[in-house]
Amino acid sequence: MNRTLLYELAWILPSIAIPIGMLVAIVVTTFGMQIHVPTYAGVVRAQTVGETPPFDQPGVAQLGPGRYQVTLLAHTWAFQPNEIRVPAGSEVEFVATSRDVIHGLLIEGTNVNVMLVPGRITRMKARFPRPGEYLFICHEYCGIGHHVMFGKVLVEAAP
Amino acid sequence: MTTTPATPPPAGIAGISAVHRLTSAYLIVALLALLGANVPGLLQALDHAGLDLYPAAQPVLRSYYQGLTVHGVLNVLVWTTFFICGFLTFVTVYALRTPLASLRLAWATFWLMVVGLVLAAWPILTNEASVLFTFYPPLKAHPAFYLGLTLVVVGTWFVTANLALTYRRWRRSHPTERTPIAAFGSLVTFAMWTLASVGVAVEMLALLIPWSLGLVAEIDPLLARTLFWLTGHPIVYFWLLPAYVSWYAMVPRLAGGQLFSAPMARAAFILFLLLSTPLGLHHQFTDPGIWEQWKLLHAFLTFVVFFPSLLTFFNVVASLESGARARGGTGWVAWTRRLPWGDPALTAQVLAMILFAFGGIGGLVNASYNVNLIVHNTAWIVGHFHLTVGTAVTLSFMGITYWLVPLLSGRQLFSRRLALAQAWTWFVGMAVFSETLHRLGLLGMPRRTAMSLAPYVLPEWRGPLLLVGIGGVVLFVSGVLYFLNLGLTLVASRQPAAVEVPLAEYGDAEDHSPAFLDRFRPWLVAAVALVLVAYGPTLIHLLGTLSPVVGRRVW
Repeated sequence: MNRTLLYELAWILPSIAIPIGMLVAIVVTTFGMQIHVPTYAGVVRAQTVGETPPFDQPGVAQLGPGRYQVTLLAHTWAFQPNEIRVPAGSEVEFVATSRDVIHGLLIEGTNVNVMLVPGRITRMKARFPRPGEYLFICHEYCGIGHHVMFGKVLVEAAP
Repeated sequence: MTTTPATPPPAGIAGISAVHRLTSAYLIVALLALLGANVPGLLQALDHAGLDLYPAAQPVLRSYYQGLTVHGVLNVLVWTTFFICGFLTFVTVYALRTPLASLRLAWATFWLMVVGLVLAAWPILTNEASVLFTFYPPLKAHPAFYLGLTLVVVGTWFVTANLALTYRRWRRSHPTERTPIAAFGSLVTFAMWTLASVGVAVEMLALLIPWSLGLVAEIDPLLARTLFWLTGHPIVYFWLLPAYVSWYAMVPRLAGGQLFSAPMARAAFILFLLLSTPLGLHHQFTDPGIWEQWKLLHAFLTFVVFFPSLLTFFNVVASLESGARARGGTGWVAWTRRLPWGDPALTAQVLAMILFAFGGIGGLVNASYNVNLIVHNTAWIVGHFHLTVGTAVTLSFMGITYWLVPLLSGRQLFSRRLALAQAWTWFVGMAVFSETLHRLGLLGMPRRTAMSLAPYVLPEWRGPLLLVGIGGVVLFVSGVLYFLNLGLTLVASRQPAAVEVPLAEYGDAEDHSPAFLDRFRPWLVAAVALVLVAYGPTLIHLLGTLSPVVGRRVW
């Protein structure tokens, strides 16, 4: 075995091992720790979404102890609702879509970072272990008022 | 180690002066685009620092978002594409030492692309297409924007055809030789791109153009987005591979050394041909409407395509080391001091490589499926692609022009020192700019947002935002130095150029690559098959769940 080949192998083998290690980490966190990305969650007619349940009544609904569902409707250039109140320690599922163009939703301090595509439903879960005020913003260009599109999750100390 | 003789003067290739003129024409358009993109870039950086200068930019730029469209389209669609079409045509002809198959086709292609560019530029400049370079429907631009960009893409297909015909002509008279690395890489770049661009071509022809013309009322945004990213990820390799061609085939010579391993270089290019396209869903990890398992497959494939970049890193650094050692360099790291740092063509490209290493590491984070939830659409992404296309590609291309412009114009570079200052200021400015944007992304700051106007800026963003502004100003100054130097080269340089094409003579006796690393057809077939597997089920699912919406003009 010549020296060149030795050098090549000394680089190639770790170059294969590192991505494999990262793949394993992804599989473990996805299926072991249940940190998922959005998947198919249905379609909705964008033109009539305002009259279609659940998007005809955007807001917070309690599903059970410590479990909430937030129905969120995005449009140029606001979120409905733009203020969400949940108690600390809640698990919140967001069911969201857009009425017009593509928007984004990023909630500070959570894994919620998703696209809201008109005609498609986005579902994503978040936990709010600590009380506080969490900013949420639109992070996809959606027209001239994009930068004013935001809201807040107010996580209140559990009673 | 044998040293290869310098490439003989251009007289050896029939029609080479015409190729020089063609390359010059592409280069002029590319450089004007880069120049034009520099100004809105400065305004965006100042916006982040809290300085809203758009009121003063009326009526040329009506908003941050019109400026951002100009910046994005000119940089990543025009500067890159026109530079690549000119540069790789030049490289292929020189590396094969064979005349271009058809000069007439080449010029027709160039003018087709210019017409396309003008068509697309008009609505952008009149604020009729402020849809950013991703033009996601249902944002609805003027039809000329889509038609123009389509013509540019079609033009690149004709470049592919011309280069393929040139290769075929060369192959007939050299049936047993290995294709020179520079030509091989150039051909792979265009073959890969032509396959990859089918996505955006279908998006344009089947969805956007009929819809923008009013022939159909509605469009499915997610289907369009998926077709866009089918092309939108491999396009980054279309930008990057020409830089790799330079790093593999020219940088070793600029450094006074030799390519460390030709088979490894070929293997890297073939892996890009195979794997550049079937992984675009990693831009859509956070999209609704696409099954999670297909996103995961694309994450896996993205990790695989990281491998040829790791091969490239090793191979290019080893080649640089061979040059530095030939110049008396010693030690494990100390040899780097013996690189010809006085040569701006080399310095710019080595600095581009250094920042690209960080771009690659950041890219792995983006590709990491659920980890992407932390960084998607945040300022992190902007930091990332300013290291990749904004530095690995752009600073390398700038380095290339430091020998190419003198060669084409016959005039010596006006100032070598100015060029060195330009490369280093780009490096430092970008390091500050990009590192800060990465941090802001982790703090949750969005990309594509006029921050000076946003009512929700968090206190912890303010300090870093100022640094983004400072880094952006340094980059702008670096851009000014660049154009000043090139401009003075053309008008004030009195010295004739003493440059050569930094290519090794073809038929390098060192290249013992096996024959399967010098084929195109089987790899192309496999690449098409991989795209069908990776995208077929998702596209069928999207077609079965269409949810079309009407267009909007919301700017």
